[in-house]
Amino acid sequence: MPAKGAMTITLETPGQESHPVGQAGGVTVESVTRTFRSRRGEVRALRGMSLRAEPHQVVAVVGPSGCGKSTLLELICGLQQPDSGSVRSAPAALMPQRDLLLPWLGAADNAALALRARGVSREQARQRVAPWLKRFGLDEFEKTRPAQLSGGMRQRVSFLRTLMAGKPVLALDEPFASLDAITRQEMQGWLAHVLEEEPRTVVLVTHDVEEAVVLADRVIVMSPRPGSAVAEIAVDLTRPRRPTDLAVVELRERALKALGVER
Amino acid sequence: MRLLRRYLPPLLLLAALIGAWELYVDLGGVDSLILPSPHQVASALYDQRSLLWSSFLITGREVVLGILVAAVAGLVLAVAIHFSQAFRRAAYPLVIASQAVPVVLIAPVLAFWLGFGIAPKLIVVALVSFFSIVVTTLAGLESVDPDLLKLMRTFDAPRRRTFWHVELPAALPGVFTGAKIAVAVSVIGAVFAEWNGSNSGLGYLIVVSLPQLQPAVSMAAVVIMSVFAIVLFGLLALAERRILPWAHESRGARPT
Repeated sequence: MPAKGAMTITLETPGQESHPVGQAGGVTVESVTRTFRSRRGEVRALRGMSLRAEPHQVVAVVGPSGCGKSTLLELICGLQQPDSGSVRSAPAALMPQRDLLLPWLGAADNAALALRARGVSREQARQRVAPWLKRFGLDEFEKTRPAQLSGGMRQRVSFLRTLMAGKPVLALDEPFASLDAITRQEMQGWLAHVLEEEPRTVVLVTHDVEEAVVLADRVIVMSPRPGSAVAEIAVDLTRPRRPTDLAVVELRERALKALGVER
Repeated sequence: MRLLRRYLPPLLLLAALIGAWELYVDLGGVDSLILPSPHQVASALYDQRSLLWSSFLITGREVVLGILVAAVAGLVLAVAIHFSQAFRRAAYPLVIASQAVPVVLIAPVLAFWLGFGIAPKLIVVALVSFFSIVVTTLAGLESVDPDLLKLMRTFDAPRRRTFWHVELPAALPGVFTGAKIAVAVSVIGAVFAEWNGSNSGLGYLIVVSLPQLQPAVSMAAVVIMSVFAIVLFGLLALAERRILPWAHESRGARPT
């Protein structure tokens, strides 16, 4: 449960090992290989992929399409098992790529889905979600169905839904990929702010290098399929960060170079 | 004006068809004892209005209740098929085979078996209606995004809660779609069910009025059934909008 009192701002800097990984909410992925077999042959999604997220760290994973990023998140969430290597993670909740809100529920009931999934009554779930809706600027829309919400609002409801699962690790699968450029930038600033107030261990998969640098403490660059980590960039910058900050731009260029994009 | 533009084409087509029919019979194209003319049907509708109305109440009740039985049975069956691969393999062929059983054959058997009450009619109506409901409900159950099911797993949702909160609501529009498809055939089913083993209803009225050389009365019963099918379809669409308003929401007009 995300307790209401959990508003502490951790002053952890990247790389600092203050908690045992996997216990207080860390993630360790070690030389993981994952191959999918189908009638048409084998697809090697991951080969020797490693990743480490300390508790309350935001780790962004960038890579070309089809490099096994989503597979990586499913491994962390325990939805798949690796063929070899090891995945150790504190309990993780997924935020899927598209918002996938239930069209018959209002924003409050959609955000409360994780609570309802655990058997919390509708009334209780609504009560617990209410203060969060207010914090996320959604309190006027508690009964509004997704079809009447803007893209940014739907993404906020979707994030809240994953947050309400009360897991120490959040696995975000390209959370803002479906948004227009302006809304996306707004939402990135919003997410950075929320994570400052509600620190969680976050593994953020994205193909937007700028988003990775703006949000993450560490950026992992993946190779094309079969995916593995080819570069790791520490982002030791204060927050809030702007995409136009010189340091952000420099790191973005480094990440792009690691991806093999020359400009 | 808008009302006129909307209703003029169907009314014109209807008027043209009825006019052609009237002319054809009046000019002696067919004996009016075989095919009564529209004005004969219209006067039968008026002269026999109390008999037609009481017959309609009986048949209408059979159809509505029969579709309800079919909706419940179809939903239950679709859920069972969705949940169990073994049950799908065992039951789906039988479900399909059941649609090939001629109603004219099964109706008298049921009448002999269960008597002249409403039960055999409900069974026949449900039998001809449940198939489309099973198919469309199953499609609804299978339309749930696999990523949503993964999400529920990371929320530690037990299977039954994923069904209750995610899959079942997603399947409900399919029940309505299936019922709408079944409307016309369910009316025919009710008539066949009354054909054998009944002493009331529009189907019974058709059977007894033909040998009495009153084809206009049986044709009037047909008119009532056709109108009833249209009304029932509309009522189902209306009910769906009231009960599942989200099912037809477009993703337009939202705040930013």
